[in-house]
Amino acid sequence: MTTTQEHAPNPAAGDPGRPIGFGRLQRKEDPRFVRGKGTYIDDIVLPGMLHGAILRAPVAHARLVSIDTSEALAHPKVLAVITGKDLQALNLAWAPTLSADVQAVLVTDKVRFQGQEVAFVVAEDRYAARDALELIDVEYDMLPPVIDARHALDPGAPVIRDDIEGRTDNRIFDWEIGDAAETEAVFAAADVVVAQEVVYPRVHPAPMETCGAVADFDPIDGRLTLYETTQAPHAHRTLYAIVAGIPEHKIRIVSPDIGGGFGNKVGIYPGYVLAVVGSIVTGKPVKWVEDRSENLMSTSFARDYIMQGEIAATKEGKILAVRTNVLADHGAFNATAQPTKNPAGFFSIFTGSYDLKAAYCKVTGVYTNKAPGGVAYACSFRVTEAVYLVERMVDILARKLEMDPAELRLKNFIKPEQFPYANKTGWVYDSGNYEPAMRLSMQMAGYEDLRREQREKRERGELMGIGVSFFTETVGAGPRKHFDIVGLGMADGAELRVHPTGKAVVRISVQSQGQGHETTFAQIVAEELGIPPESIDVVHGDTDQTPFGLGTYGSRSTPVSGGAVALVARKVRDKARFIAAAMLETRPEDLEWEKGRWFVKGDPSAGKTIAEIAFGAHGTVALPEGIDGNLDAEVTYDPPNLTFPFGAYICVVDVDAGTGHVKVRRFIAVDDCGTRINPMIIEGQVHGGLTDGVGMALMEIIAFDEEGNCLSGSFMDYLIPTAMEVPDWETGFTVTPSPHHPIGAKGIGESATVGSPPAIVNAIVDALTPYGVTHMDMPCTPARVWEAMQGRARPPV
Amino acid sequence: MQIPAPFDYERASDVANALALLERHGPESRIIAGGHSLLPMMKLRLARPEWLIDINDLTELEFIRREGDQLRVGALTRHTALLESADVAGLFPIIRDAEQVIADPVVRNRGTIGGSLCQADPAEDLSTVCDVLRAQAVIRGPDGERMVAMSDFHRGPYETAVAQNELLYEVRFTIRPRSGSAYEKVERRVGDWAIVAAGAAVGLSSDGTVEEAAIGLTAVGLDGTVPEAEAVLRGQQPHEDLFVEAARIAAAACHPVDDQRGPVDYKRHLADELTRRVLRRACARAAGAQEG
Repeated sequence: MTTTQEHAPNPAAGDPGRPIGFGRLQRKEDPRFVRGKGTYIDDIVLPGMLHGAILRAPVAHARLVSIDTSEALAHPKVLAVITGKDLQALNLAWAPTLSADVQAVLVTDKVRFQGQEVAFVVAEDRYAARDALELIDVEYDMLPPVIDARHALDPGAPVIRDDIEGRTDNRIFDWEIGDAAETEAVFAAADVVVAQEVVYPRVHPAPMETCGAVADFDPIDGRLTLYETTQAPHAHRTLYAIVAGIPEHKIRIVSPDIGGGFGNKVGIYPGYVLAVVGSIVTGKPVKWVEDRSENLMSTSFARDYIMQGEIAATKEGKILAVRTNVLADHGAFNATAQPTKNPAGFFSIFTGSYDLKAAYCKVTGVYTNKAPGGVAYACSFRVTEAVYLVERMVDILARKLEMDPAELRLKNFIKPEQFPYANKTGWVYDSGNYEPAMRLSMQMAGYEDLRREQREKRERGELMGIGVSFFTETVGAGPRKHFDIVGLGMADGAELRVHPTGKAVVRISVQSQGQGHETTFAQIVAEELGIPPESIDVVHGDTDQTPFGLGTYGSRSTPVSGGAVALVARKVRDKARFIAAAMLETRPEDLEWEKGRWFVKGDPSAGKTIAEIAFGAHGTVALPEGIDGNLDAEVTYDPPNLTFPFGAYICVVDVDAGTGHVKVRRFIAVDDCGTRINPMIIEGQVHGGLTDGVGMALMEIIAFDEEGNCLSGSFMDYLIPTAMEVPDWETGFTVTPSPHHPIGAKGIGESATVGSPPAIVNAIVDALTPYGVTHMDMPCTPARVWEAMQGRARPPV
Repeated sequence: MQIPAPFDYERASDVANALALLERHGPESRIIAGGHSLLPMMKLRLARPEWLIDINDLTELEFIRREGDQLRVGALTRHTALLESADVAGLFPIIRDAEQVIADPVVRNRGTIGGSLCQADPAEDLSTVCDVLRAQAVIRGPDGERMVAMSDFHRGPYETAVAQNELLYEVRFTIRPRSGSAYEKVERRVGDWAIVAAGAAVGLSSDGTVEEAAIGLTAVGLDGTVPEAEAVLRGQQPHEDLFVEAARIAAAACHPVDDQRGPVDYKRHLADELTRRVLRRACARAAGAQEG
């Protein structure tokens, strides 16, 4: 079912402007943020707290010869200087990554990327800690670096990971999916085949708040309280227990207000571990907060995929197959955060929104002397790369066939009656209705008028481009049987307590980094129980306060935790029915639910509200057998499938023919994330993601020189877009609920980041058609656009 | 948070006091005004002054005054004040053109013309603007005041004629009749340093021929203006062919380097393209300008 109607405010709420469940509701967390009263890591001050700073390697590849810390230790305010050797003694020099690799916490043998952690200073204040870094004398023996992933597997390339026994090259993995032979047969018989190398350069999430931690180890009872910037507090607790040997019940992870994550705060960074070690060594709390350069140069990047794409079609424009061979640069350690069985994340969704006969891909992961990571930045586990590839390829095919790119897409969409749709790489798309979304975006854009304007402008030599993209994401992992991270199944818990006066607290295992969880999850409970969202507190981010679960990334909070919260509320509602029956002296089956109360069938005046039932549960009413005296419940939700949100985006650009400068004039985004819980929050997510997309398409890249020096280590060099680069976003929506999700919702957090870059690049390439340009790689800076106009488009790396 | 190396700080009470403090603290002392260039460099520990002498209280340095055929601008005049000044817009539209594309409002509210000129970053916009307007710098030191032509002010990247114990006091622009000027910049993003920018100023004689012309380029290693290109225009009626020729010469005269903002050939192309654009606009503005 597709509708363009919003959920109407519930009249039961009294105030028609204020929904009691789903609908537009101002974010409950915003009053503290707009008043500057949020509590971020750097706001946490503990008695006696010390400060840590990390000495980082100035070079990309070098053997560590010696470290002299004596001068730093002599600094009057320095309490400890920790080196790799010290960590070796504690068996903490290396820590497992989220991808079955290990990563050095501090360098013991050799430096493997510029910015790698070499030593940790603990001092009385932050200034002294930073000053003392300059007093540490390190001697390096330079090694030739591997910077270009294309040469990582060359015979004779330096072996970066000689710490791993028996390793003789830089290959991390080869992974393939789809049927190679079947795909080859389809390609061989196809009328039209186009091929293109498509590069998604290395970019960085660059959250406003950099990463940091405050570690507080209590030597008396051996208890560690760790405040850190993490999107996955529970998974972190388990990993610390396994790595550091601290019993899990003695570890409390608190993730306070987080100033943006975008995947950057999923992994465990050396800095967190060092703060813990610093606290254990000094017996005092230790704060470590990285600066902007450290964040950009050492924490998890995103993308860095070199994709050889091929697409096959009939001459009438029926797309038959897509095939790709990917070279994936994972940096110096394979620290990608992704489900264990998916070394290329969910890249296999590169089949897009189209009904294909065959599809195949092979991904080769390699080590380079660059910062590790590789999945962060709002990409739903590589869905971003997948969508970018297929949406570029479809556009290139449209050009080849001389077809309108929107028409080509419309011709090839999976039809509504084909859902649930099993694609050629193992996904089962839960629901979709693509054509109405595409048509709505074209109608909002005035597509035909835009094309007419473009024709007129071309005659005058002006460059205007119209870019279309249509994306389907796969978000919301589990199910746990298919998806785990380091063995932990990707499920999430929720606990709900309704207090005697009918106010409630819901505790969730996911952690907001700005997504608005305190509002969205309250609205889900409100929708299910009929109590106002204002009466529901959402607790998250503290492992002592919340049930276990895998955390917030990959747009999984609403698909997974949203399901958990809906189900726990239903559990409470079911229990309330028994208690209400006891209170009304009738049978549960004689009661009927309306939002907020159980009442006697046929006698609506005889009923009990949730508040009355809650008081009854804690009161003196004789409860039925097996019903505890409370109105609480808990669940762990293991989703039966992922959700498959989709959207149709249209971008209009103007390119200055004399300078190559691109102006994004308009952007139309039609999203379908199933049931819309809070349209305001959805729009906010979409606006943010579209802005991200402009950044990646036009300016963002983490670049390196041949020696492996990071050229993008500050916001002077790593550009992110401002209000000046983005147009007024034009958003629309359709609603195609997920059939398996308890409330029909799908993830929305990353849709716009996934869908917008191809629309923008497609628009730019479209604008450059008079110059014969059929492809250019991001970032589309003025210089790179001009080079493309000269017929000299080149990959960014 | 990025942390600079240790330093000391003093707040000057007037110009004489600022000069005395510079004298007292010697070569490792630096003047700080808006701080938007110096502080980032200090935080990255690329600059490590031992003393900062803060001149933000020196309101005597904050003025825009028209006197006779001079527009006098105090060194502590904020970018925002230049951007919003009707006198500046009317007399020297190039300044407004440039100010519109210098950083962002937050920076413009604090940053000063004196700071921009004294920092002398090769990609700094007002240096080119002052070059093409043939401005004069008024410098105060222990021995009094001296005037330096802009052509002698810049001594290379990050180096100026202002000695360690001196202070830039004001910048003077000569008002000419039938003059026009323009500035245009290409940047990767608003607030980024220029990939390339060009500035031009022209003065027309009563018969409409070009009497005086100046062409400057930003971020392409050009020292001062381009006399050979200016000579092409002088004595001629403004014409597209002349703009093309002057721009060709200007582009050939500069020395761009390959970096993240673009390769050499692109920057040279921009020098050419932007020079043509600013000459067109400057001449059109001059033609439309009121007498005197």
